[in-house]
Amino acid sequence: MRRVLIALVVLVAALGLGVFWIVTLPATVPASALGAYTPNPANGREMFYLGGCISCHATPGQDDKTKLGGGLGLKSPFGTFYVPNISPDPDDGIGRWSEVDFVTAMTKGTSPDGRHYFPAFPYPSYQRMRIEDVRDLFVHLKTLPPVKGKARDHDMAFPFNIRRVVGVWKLLFFDGKPFMLDASKSAAWNRGAYLVNGPGHCAECHSPRNLMGGIVAAQRFAGGPNPEGEGWIPNITQKALNDYSEKDIAYLLETGSTPEGDSVGGSMAAVVRNTAQLTPEDRAAMATYIKSLPPVEGPKPPPKK
Amino acid sequence: MLAVVAIAIGVTAVVAQSDPIATRKQIMKNVGAAAKTGGGMAKGEAPYDQAKALEIFATFADAGAKMPGLFPEDSKTGGDTAALPAIWQNMADFKGKFDKFAADAKAAQASVKDLDSFKSAFGGITKNCGACHETYRAKKS
Repeated sequence: MRRVLIALVVLVAALGLGVFWIVTLPATVPASALGAYTPNPANGREMFYLGGCISCHATPGQDDKTKLGGGLGLKSPFGTFYVPNISPDPDDGIGRWSEVDFVTAMTKGTSPDGRHYFPAFPYPSYQRMRIEDVRDLFVHLKTLPPVKGKARDHDMAFPFNIRRVVGVWKLLFFDGKPFMLDASKSAAWNRGAYLVNGPGHCAECHSPRNLMGGIVAAQRFAGGPNPEGEGWIPNITQKALNDYSEKDIAYLLETGSTPEGDSVGGSMAAVVRNTAQLTPEDRAAMATYIKSLPPVEGPKPPPKK
Repeated sequence: MLAVVAIAIGVTAVVAQSDPIATRKQIMKNVGAAAKTGGGMAKGEAPYDQAKALEIFATFADAGAKMPGLFPEDSKTGGDTAALPAIWQNMADFKGKFDKFAADAKAAQASVKDLDSFKSAFGGITKNCGACHETYRAKKS
């Protein structure tokens, strides 16, 4: 009887492991999904500044922000991520990547060697990007200076140091869907919704996260504690930005100045250095969409002291 | 206007001795109010007014001169301050940023003649705000 029980436990465990293995397989994009395409370098540059690649991937402490050698430490409740080198260096960066490797990384969160990326890399937003935009971005990244040197390994606590665990996270928080147009809304609104939710990945910081690090869908854009440390990430729904006109939001994205006369700080200062580079039309479209976000109550900031 | 500034300076001087956190918060509020007026003119929501422009730059220059002296060692916490510990770890850089802010504002007082020159100078000066807030301030709500 005991032997049968042990055999049963082993069998169930093996089955469980098998299921875990299968459901957490990293997804990839097949090379056949990419047809012939003539890249648009200007669009690649626009996507580069929308995506804010510089903010995380530029090597800290250098003046030339186009040197994307990585190395910045991003603190999180799960451990510290060290941002990788995405410069075109063939050995330490992405110089040897194929186009489909890049599209897979951006839209599936899977590395060329078939491992899950941690979602500190905001692919749950980038998955919404149009393939053409991702391809143009790849072309732009290839024009940047190559940088030698790899960043150190991530310093994650168990069990988050097991990459396959990210596969379970993806089952819960990563739907694999492209951006869907809303035909009832204007072209500018749709452009803004795409830029904010896709390449701009605004919700990644401006939303509270649950214990598993997933965005609380019902409070998307309603702000929350700063996952990287001190301070509070503001609510950007109409609950908080009711007094902001579309023009005010576009002006903030251009200059960092709020209609109250404040100037944004923290990570948003770096975001504005990027959004300042965008076309005025794209900033206006983002403003149209953000102004349309219905009011949502966010988490309560700690009491003042 | 001179009277208002004189009173403001007088009040600031009195409060500064007792409470540097309250004082620097009040100075930043004044800067914010001035930036709000400036933003309105830069955005075209309010007509350009040369006297207001000069007043804005005077407020900025005054703040840039006073702020560096308002961060003594015993003012790191309390009073719901948004100041980050990085200030005291990089005091020379922090003070340097205010010096630049004040210098830029002084230069604008001399150079700004019309809306176009105002927009350009104002845009440049307010970049200093973000550069400092990026590293040295964390808003708590």
